[in-house]
Amino acid sequence: MEDILAARLQMAISLGWHIIFACIGMAMPFFMAYAEWKWLRTKEEIYLDLAKSWSRGVAIFFAVGAVSGTLLSFELGLLWPEFMKHAGPIFGMPFSLEGTAFFIEAIALGVFLYGWNKIPPKAHWWSGIIVGISGVFSGIFIVSANGWMNSPSGFDFVNGEYLNIDPVAALFNDAWFTQAMHMTFAAFASTGFAVAGVHAIMLLRGKNIRFHKEALKIALIFGSIAAFAMPITGDLAAKDIAKRQPAKLAAMEAHYHTEKGAPLIIGGIPDDETKEVKYALKIPGALSFLAHGDFQAEVIGLDQIPEDERPPVAITHFAFQIMIGLGALMMGIGLLYFFMRWRKWDYLGKRWWLWLIALATPFGFIALEAGWTVTEVGRQPWIIYGVMRTEDALTPMPGIQYSLYFIVLIYTLLTLAVVWLMSRQIKSIHIKYNA
Amino acid sequence: MGYIELVSIIMGISLVLYALLGGADFGAGIIEIFIGDKANETISKAMAPVWEANHIWLIIALVILFNGFPEAYAIFSTALHIPILIILTGIIFRGAAFTFRHYDAFKDRSQKWYSRIFRYSSILAVLFLGITIAAFFGGTIPNSLEGLSFYEYYIAPWANLFCLSVGIFTAILSAYIAAIFLLGEVKTEAGYDLIHRFSKRLFIASVISGCLIFMSSYWQGLTFHQAFQAQPLSITCGLIATVLVPFIFKMILKKRIWALRILVGAQILFIFSGWFIIQWPDLIVFSDTSTLTIYEAAAPPATMKILFGALAFGVMTIFPSLYYLFRVFKK
Repeated sequence: MEDILAARLQMAISLGWHIIFACIGMAMPFFMAYAEWKWLRTKEEIYLDLAKSWSRGVAIFFAVGAVSGTLLSFELGLLWPEFMKHAGPIFGMPFSLEGTAFFIEAIALGVFLYGWNKIPPKAHWWSGIIVGISGVFSGIFIVSANGWMNSPSGFDFVNGEYLNIDPVAALFNDAWFTQAMHMTFAAFASTGFAVAGVHAIMLLRGKNIRFHKEALKIALIFGSIAAFAMPITGDLAAKDIAKRQPAKLAAMEAHYHTEKGAPLIIGGIPDDETKEVKYALKIPGALSFLAHGDFQAEVIGLDQIPEDERPPVAITHFAFQIMIGLGALMMGIGLLYFFMRWRKWDYLGKRWWLWLIALATPFGFIALEAGWTVTEVGRQPWIIYGVMRTEDALTPMPGIQYSLYFIVLIYTLLTLAVVWLMSRQIKSIHIKYNA
Repeated sequence: MGYIELVSIIMGISLVLYALLGGADFGAGIIEIFIGDKANETISKAMAPVWEANHIWLIIALVILFNGFPEAYAIFSTALHIPILIILTGIIFRGAAFTFRHYDAFKDRSQKWYSRIFRYSSILAVLFLGITIAAFFGGTIPNSLEGLSFYEYYIAPWANLFCLSVGIFTAILSAYIAAIFLLGEVKTEAGYDLIHRFSKRLFIASVISGCLIFMSSYWQGLTFHQAFQAQPLSITCGLIATVLVPFIFKMILKKRIWALRILVGAQILFIFSGWFIIQWPDLIVFSDTSTLTIYEAAAPPATMKILFGALAFGVMTIFPSLYYLFRVFKK
C-alpha cells in the first residue's frame, strides 16, 4: 500500500473512531443532568438510578475517548509533520483552548462520577452541566481547527512562506461557525438516537419497562430536537461551501458541468469517465436554489476545477447522500414522535414504534461519519485548502502501512472491549431490578 | 523576559506536573507488578477521580510544542515515530484497562486481565516516555535524514543504551513517586510498611539508574555528562535532590504525609530543573552537536503572544478547578 493512502486511512480511522466518543462526551452529560434534575424534583429513585447507570457508561466512553484523543494529538505529527510545522503556529490556538476545556471537562467529570455523596446535590448537578458545557466547547474548538483547514485564514501565503500570522483570525475562520453549529447538533442527534435505540431494544425484550421508558423519553427529546436543527444548520454550511469550496460542493452533488438552474441530484452512480450520473433523481433548479438562494443561479461544476484539484467524486457524493437520507429519516421519526406526544398516544406501548427506534440506533452515527467523510474527502487533494497538498504534508518515514495495521488492531480490540463492557452494564441493570 | 521564554517555562512546568501526577499513575501500575493485587482497591480509589486530569498535562505540553515550537514538533514526531507509537499504545491500554477494571459491572475473572494489561502497559508507556525524551536532549537524532538508512534515522536515535537508561530511570522514578503518594492513601499499618520498604528500594534503584545515565552518555561518546559537569547550577540541583533523601525518610517514619509529598515534589522539581538548566535554550541537541534552540524553533511573535494568553487563561481556570477536585477527594 502506498504511504499516502495508508496515512490517510489511518487518520480517517482514528478520527472516525474518536468522533463517536467525542459526541457522546458532548451530549450524554446533558442527558444525565436531565435525569438527575428529575430526581431532585420528584425524588423518584428511578431517575437517580438512570443518572447513575448512564454515568457508568459515560465513564467508560470518556476514558476511551480521552486516550484515543491523546493518540490523535500525536498522530497529527506522526503522519503529517510538514503540515503541523506550518499550520501549528496558525491554527494552534483552538487546540490550546481545547486543552483547557478538556481539562475542565475531566475535572468536572471526576467530581460528577465520584462526588455523589461528597458534595451538595445542587453542586453535583452543576458539575454534570459543566462536563457538558466544556465538552461542547472542546468540540467547537476542534471543529474550528478543522474549519481552518477548509477555509484557511489568518496568514498571507507568499512564495511558499506563511507570513503575517494572526491566530485569532485563524480561529474565527469563515467555516468555523457553520461547521461547529452543524457538528454540535449532530452530536446530540446521533447520541440521542443511539441511546434511545438501545433502550428501545431493551423494551422490546420486555425488561425493566419503567426504567427503559424513562430513559428512552429523555434521549428521544434531545435526539429529535437536534434532528430538526440538522437541515437548517446543514443548509447554512452548504451555502458557505458553495461560496468557498465550489469543488467540494460539486463533488457532493456529483455536479460535473457548470450550469445555470442546476438540478439537485439525488442518489445515482457518478461516472468520472462520461461525466454523467446514472440512475439519479434530478430536481430542476433545486441545487441552484439551495446553494445560492436563486433557482437560476449558476453553480460551478467540476469542469471548472483543474483536474489535479478535484476531490474524489464518488465517495463524496455517496457519503453526502447517506448523510442526507439518514438525516431525513431521523427527522421523520422526530416529527412522528412530537405528533404522538401532542396527541397523547401511548407511543411507548406500540411495538412497531419501538422497532423503528431500535432500527434507528446507528442512523445518527452513520450520518455523522458520512458527514465527516464529505468534509474531509471533499477537501482533497488539499490538507490546507488551496495552500498545501495532502501528499506534501506526509511524513518521510516509509512503511506507514504497518502503522495502519497496528492502529486497526488496537481499535478493533478496543471496540470489542467497549461493546462487551456495555453489554455487561446493561445486564447488571436487569439483575439489579429483578433482585 | 519575552514570550518565548515564558512559554518555554510553562512547557517545562507542564512536564514537571506530568512527571509528578501522570508519573504517580504510571508508577501505580508498576508497583502492582511487584506487590500483586494487595493494593488494587487503594490504587483504584486514589486514582480513579483524578487520573484523566493528570494525563492532560502531557497534552498541554504537546500542544505548546506544536503551537509554539512547530519545527521541533515536526522533527520529534518524524525521527521518534516508532517509540511515540509505543508510548501511545501503552497510554491507551493502561487507561482503558484501568477504567474497565473499576467500572466493569461484574467483578469476575476478567479483573485479572484488566490488571495485567494495566500493569504492563503502564511500564511500557513510562519506559518509552523516558526513552523518547532522552533522544530529545541526548544528542542522538541526526541533523538531517538525507542519505541515512531507515535504521540510522528512525531507530538508532532511540534504540541505544543512553535512551534506555533514561527510560529505566523514568520508570523507577515514577514508581517511587507513586509509592510516596500511596503512603498517604493506604489505610492499614501492614500496607504502610509494605509501601515504605518498597519506596526505599525504589530510591536505591533510582540512584543506580541515575548513575547509569551518566555512564552510558560517557560510553556512547555523547555530550550530556560533560554538559552536566559544566553547569554548576545543575550540579547544585542534583545535590539538593540527593540531600533531601534523609529528610524524606524521616517524614515517612513520622507519617507526615503532606510534608512528605511536598519534599518529594521538590525533589522532582530539582531533578527536572537540573535537566532544564543544561538544556536551556536548546530544544533538540543533534548528533553532530548542533542544536535547535527555542529561539530558532519559536513560532512568529504574534503566535507566541496569543499562546501565552491562552495558557494564562487556562492556568486561571484549571488551577482553581483542580484545587476543588483534590479538595473534594483528598480530604
